Amino acid sequence: MARYDRAITVFSPDGHLFQVEYALEAVRKGNAAVGVRGSDVVVLGVEKKSTPKLQDSRSVKKIVSLDDHVALACAGLKADARVLINRARIECQSHRLTVEDPVTVEYITRYIAGMQQKYTQSGGVRPFGLSTLIAGFDPYTCVPSLYQTDPSGTFQAWKANATGRNSNSMREFLEKNYKETSGQETVKLAIRALLEVVESGGKNIEIAVMTKEHGLRQLEEAEIDAIVADIDAEKAAAEAAKKGPARET
Amino acid sequence: MKLDTSGLESTALFFGLSNELLDGFSAAPFFEVPNTTNFDGFQKEAIQMVKPAKGTTTLAFIFKEGVMVAADSRASMGGYISSQSVKKIIEINPYMLGTMAGGAADCQFWHRNLGIKCRLHELANKRRISVTGASKLLANILYSYRGMGLSVGTMIAGWDETGPGLYYVDSEGGRLKGTRFSVGSGSPYAYGVLDNGYRYDMSIEEAAELARRSIYHATFRDGASGGVASVYYVGPDGWKKLSGDDVGELHYKYYPVTPSTVEQEMVEVAGA
Repeated sequence: MARYDRAITVFSPDGHLFQVEYALEAVRKGNAAVGVRGSDVVVLGVEKKSTPKLQDSRSVKKIVSLDDHVALACAGLKADARVLINRARIECQSHRLTVEDPVTVEYITRYIAGMQQKYTQSGGVRPFGLSTLIAGFDPYTCVPSLYQTDPSGTFQAWKANATGRNSNSMREFLEKNYKETSGQETVKLAIRALLEVVESGGKNIEIAVMTKEHGLRQLEEAEIDAIVADIDAEKAAAEAAKKGPARET
Repeated sequence: MKLDTSGLESTALFFGLSNELLDGFSAAPFFEVPNTTNFDGFQKEAIQMVKPAKGTTTLAFIFKEGVMVAADSRASMGGYISSQSVKKIIEINPYMLGTMAGGAADCQFWHRNLGIKCRLHELANKRRISVTGASKLLANILYSYRGMGLSVGTMIAGWDETGPGLYYVDSEGGRLKGTRFSVGSGSPYAYGVLDNGYRYDMSIEEAAELARRSIYHATFRDGASGGVASVYYVGPDGWKKLSGDDVGELHYKYYPVTPSTVEQEMVEVAGA
């Protein structure tokens, strides 16, 4: 097996591309990221590792916009992310220039996935070590979309998904608790999913909400704290309701 | 989606050998010079060569019901009429039309090429390309061949999600969005009739008649236009050919010959 992971252009005898699988490992070590699609919003959330005291936290933005109507969150190698994001931003503008139309979310996802795939089929390069969650609204049709790409270059559309650290637990939680939501409810659902694996608190979570009218809006720490408090209160109430009737009998 | 620069790929092969010699020296920057005797005037010469071919009249306008597109069908080479039955309205796809003015080969080829690009866009993006996008694709291609002697003066007319669309695109790289255009040597005459009779609220029949009349009047006065006046309509369900009338017959339809009364009949004189 060791002989088949040097140059990624080589298949292993049982059909694996090991470099791609190792890249997925890198993603699994990256920070947790979640995306939830509502009927009128798409919410992206990312785990924020505690910033060192002297670091200017404003320079570390993990959810970025690719254009006015498309945003991206990722898990994995952040330096690779920078390169991918820059190319995607250029492609968004190039598309606007060539056909006088903003990109659709599917188009830019296909472009990013295509680029990730290119690096799995060239000599001397390694794949990008990140999975992305791309959220946005299609121009004209106003349909919210959420897509995910991964180092192998595949992409799918999702109603809700998670990637990065402990993504399996988050995805399980979403599968159990997902229902069609809108507005603040969607934000709550995203935060609840993140809280499954992240320490509670506004300073450990970064949330951004994408709407048709206002584009991408990053939530303030105070806002997140308030919603977390709401969620905790709801949880406590649910707990109490469960214990309550049992005691009365 | 990069600009289509395939036409500008240089003949680097010529200079490949000499570059090896210069390796090791810092070669002075240079650019390829066209292989011609008349460096200053060869572009003008190329254009002059095809200029007579813009002998044509085409027009298109947007009105309440959609887009009306009309053209004549004469091809002339100087004073010689080479054909009276040229198809100057090119069907790019079922909902988009292009008109031909200038070099017939250039127009036909690049419209066909545009049709291919539009179809590929549909397949990749699962939705039709807009008229804006299609005209931009063509304009970018023509721009990359600027100065190389292409002669194309075309209008792209179609119906997309935003409604009727009309763009004028030419081989200089120009691209204009508008509601009324006429292109070709007969265009001044066509504009006169078109601008005079145009209203936004016309029915399809009225608009078709206006288009037909404009082409007819242009063919009447312009020697390089003639043949058959074709009229196409582009609506929400795509384009439809409405009519193709010989302009000679149209002339007698608009200006029928009334038999005039003779003052004095000629009588055969017997004898003498």
